[in-house]
Amino acid sequence: MGARRESEPTPTKNRTTVERKSDRELVVTRTFNGPARIVFEAWTKPELFQQWWVPKSMGMFLRSCEMDVRAGGRYRLVFGHDASNPDEFFGRYIEVIPHSRLVWTNDEGGDGGPITTVTFEERGGKTLLVMSELYPSKEALDAAGTGAADMMRETFAQLDELLVILGASVGRS
Amino acid sequence: MVQYIRTGFNASFAALSDATRRGVLEQLGCADASITDLAEKFHMTLTGMRKHVGVLEQAGLVTTEKVGRVRTCKLGLRRLEEEAAWIERYRQLWDARFDELDKVVEELKRKEKGDGRKKRE
Repeated sequence: MGARRESEPTPTKNRTTVERKSDRELVVTRTFNGPARIVFEAWTKPELFQQWWVPKSMGMFLRSCEMDVRAGGRYRLVFGHDASNPDEFFGRYIEVIPHSRLVWTNDEGGDGGPITTVTFEERGGKTLLVMSELYPSKEALDAAGTGAADMMRETFAQLDELLVILGASVGRS
Repeated sequence: MVQYIRTGFNASFAALSDATRRGVLEQLGCADASITDLAEKFHMTLTGMRKHVGVLEQAGLVTTEKVGRVRTCKLGLRRLEEEAAWIERYRQLWDARFDELDKVVEELKRKEKGDGRKKRE
């Protein structure tokens, strides 16, 4: 393949980090180039939330999004191209402090679901966002992770099969 | 929220129903290629091809490496082990979300500036 030139912009972007803080806690951090009130707004207004929560590159499809952002209010997100086989995420807001803190439950998985806490800290016009997911036990977090790892193994096995089929079709043509 | 990884995988499979992306995989099965090569081969714009390659990259089917100004795509199954694998996957999900959130924040900042100007007038 020739080394043709390709112009691609290389924007400087803020880094997303994930750390397993303890046996039962995952923490995601990211800085945004805007004040906390704006970042908070994007997390709490459904019409804005939908614009980023389902990144285009992931190919996910959000069927519906209901958010009643106040302490005790509920939310429900329904994903999936196939209406008969939807993926649902739902829970309840426990704490809502404008421009600084959001806490909600994740109830789709039953009792083992984590509590999500998002804090917004403004520094010189930028906002440091810290999102923590605290599971009820080490076992619950391990189970979520192992479930995801199993899913990945299964996916890769299926992809292997697909590649064999694709390889065979290349061979024929 | 780790549950979202499952949703992401379902989506990756849905992504493979696309004929161009399957074609790109076949192509890369024969030889590595730059995004420019692939765009020409499939009669697409660079932007369009970049999107397809992005989806395949998210699915862990393709890896890309940028040397100088050329981004080379290879067939590559990412197989990180166990915890490292799902945490990386989880990070990618949030990274993709936050890239989109950057755009929303920029848009809101622009609107706020516009409103400020109107009020002063």
